[in-house]
Amino acid sequence: MLKINDLHVHYGGIHAVKGVSLSIPRGSVVTLIGANGAGKSSIIRSIAGLVKGAKGEVLLTRHEGDQPVQLLGQPAENMVRSGIALSPEGRRILPHLSVAENLQLGAWCREDKDGIAKDIEMVYDLFPRLRERSWQKGGTLSGGEQQMLAVGRALMSQPDLVMLDEPSLGLAPILVREIFDIIRHINEQGKTVLLVEQNAFAALSIADYAYILEVGSVVLEGPGKDMLKNPKVREAYLGG
Amino acid sequence: MTLELFLQHFFNALTLGSLYGLIAIGYTMVYGILRLINFAHGDILMLGAYFVFYGTTLFCLPWPIAVVVAIIGSAVLGVLMDKIAYRPLRDAPRISALISAIAVSFFLESLAVVVFTGLPRPVHQPEWLVSIITIGGARLMPLTLLVPGVTAILVAGLLYIVYHTKPGLAMQAISKDIETTRMLGVPVDKIIALTFAIGSALAAASGIMWALRYPQIHPYMGVFPGFKAFIAAVFGGIGSIQGAVIGGLLLGFIEIMTVAFFPDLSGYRDAFAFILLVVVLLVKPTGLFGEKLKEKI
Ligand SMILES: Nc1ncnc2c1ncn2[C@@H]1O[C@H](COP(=O)(O)OP(=O)(O)OP(=O)(O)O)[C@@H](O)[C@H]1O
Ligand SMILES: [Mg+2]
Repeated sequence: MLKINDLHVHYGGIHAVKGVSLSIPRGSVVTLIGANGAGKSSIIRSIAGLVKGAKGEVLLTRHEGDQPVQLLGQPAENMVRSGIALSPEGRRILPHLSVAENLQLGAWCREDKDGIAKDIEMVYDLFPRLRERSWQKGGTLSGGEQQMLAVGRALMSQPDLVMLDEPSLGLAPILVREIFDIIRHINEQGKTVLLVEQNAFAALSIADYAYILEVGSVVLEGPGKDMLKNPKVREAYLGG
Repeated sequence: MTLELFLQHFFNALTLGSLYGLIAIGYTMVYGILRLINFAHGDILMLGAYFVFYGTTLFCLPWPIAVVVAIIGSAVLGVLMDKIAYRPLRDAPRISALISAIAVSFFLESLAVVVFTGLPRPVHQPEWLVSIITIGGARLMPLTLLVPGVTAILVAGLLYIVYHTKPGLAMQAISKDIETTRMLGVPVDKIIALTFAIGSALAAASGIMWALRYPQIHPYMGVFPGFKAFIAAVFGGIGSIQGAVIGGLLLGFIEIMTVAFFPDLSGYRDAFAFILLVVVLLVKPTGLFGEKLKEKI
């Protein structure tokens, strides 16, 4: 569904992404693993149209048999219209808007009021804590609750591809398990998932395919289960 | 001071304060969204007044139609101003847009001098607006009641748009995090254009009422009301619409009442506003309603 060919990102003098190529098949969970500063967020943000200097190809095929569409160079506000949604690093909840308003904003491009109301309920079913807090301001939620809201908000545009940048960051262990269950659930609903994670073990366990990044380049790739067994991966990312 | 006299001062203050508040809204909305002080805002007020003047004299439009045309024309000008002078600088350092705003202001004033000449022009006040009526012993012009009334309606409409409509939700979102709002699919540039349109329409409305209250127009008539309204916006907490309205009202009352109670100080009237600005910046830079929300990391 998404193919990235030879993606480069420069920030001033820093060459943060050095010719990365990825393939994200329809219906799969693909994960990017790498140390801090490896370029994971830069890749995801390039797909979203948030990086000005990104070069290369990001080709989207929305429906089987369609002509692929180049996403690079398109403004960020087009992303959700292309069926892609992002739960960004750092959550980026709008602090002065309520939980419900944050979710409504996620559905900006939709006009079907009933469908939106139904999807808000769907998000509340996924994250019952958000239902209790639907009138609370986003800025007063706990970090974990904000993370749930960021994931829920990404689902509100009915995306085909959901990109999650470190959704387990700052969550208590029990919530980490919960969020990975939910990612799996989202995937079972037919959505393609691109997952960036520090929690390599959990990410590799649910990923169909994984790319290991080091300072801007893919150094290793393969099915998630194989990566879990790979000695190099075990040493570098799974603590031996 | 007699009660009647006090009432007259009260309504004068309410009128002036409403006008400050209405102008201040334009500053505060644009600042809230772009962190830009739109120095040319006061000049839109001036143009709005001129549009009505020429609409009624040159094109012989009936009053209400001239007002509507002037407000729409000013809204369009506001949008153009953003598109030409500010949008290309969206990613530039903030100081660039600020300098551009100052340039736009000078440009509009100079253009007005060239097109309209620098001569002050008298404005015809409709009889029914200025014929004195007596309410509870206080001698008032209907105008001094009309201005706060119109202001209240406009502010109510604006608050409805901002807090109860979809574009309003987008405005609130943009004011906190433009990139995230864009990422969620909001056409940010269109919403910003809408903000300029609304702010400019309100400026034109206040310019028209200003010209009725102080019936003379000239190319620099927007400068001082603009400064005062900006101070009102800072006083109320720049970025907050409620703050702009309350800041405007308070400034109007401070100006009128100090002069009313201490006639000796009337020569310093304009200085009060600037003293207030300095005090606010020293004591509470975020103003009365300025918010500081801590972000969770
Ligand atoms: N806006 C920016 N300007 C300059 N340099 C940047 C910018 N964004 C990222 N970088 C640099 O690019 C490199 C890759 O950053 P990126 O955020 O993509 O890493 P990451 O893999 O997501 O790291 P983390 O796991 O810490 O989130 C880093 O060295 C970072 O300092
Ligand atoms: Mg990152």
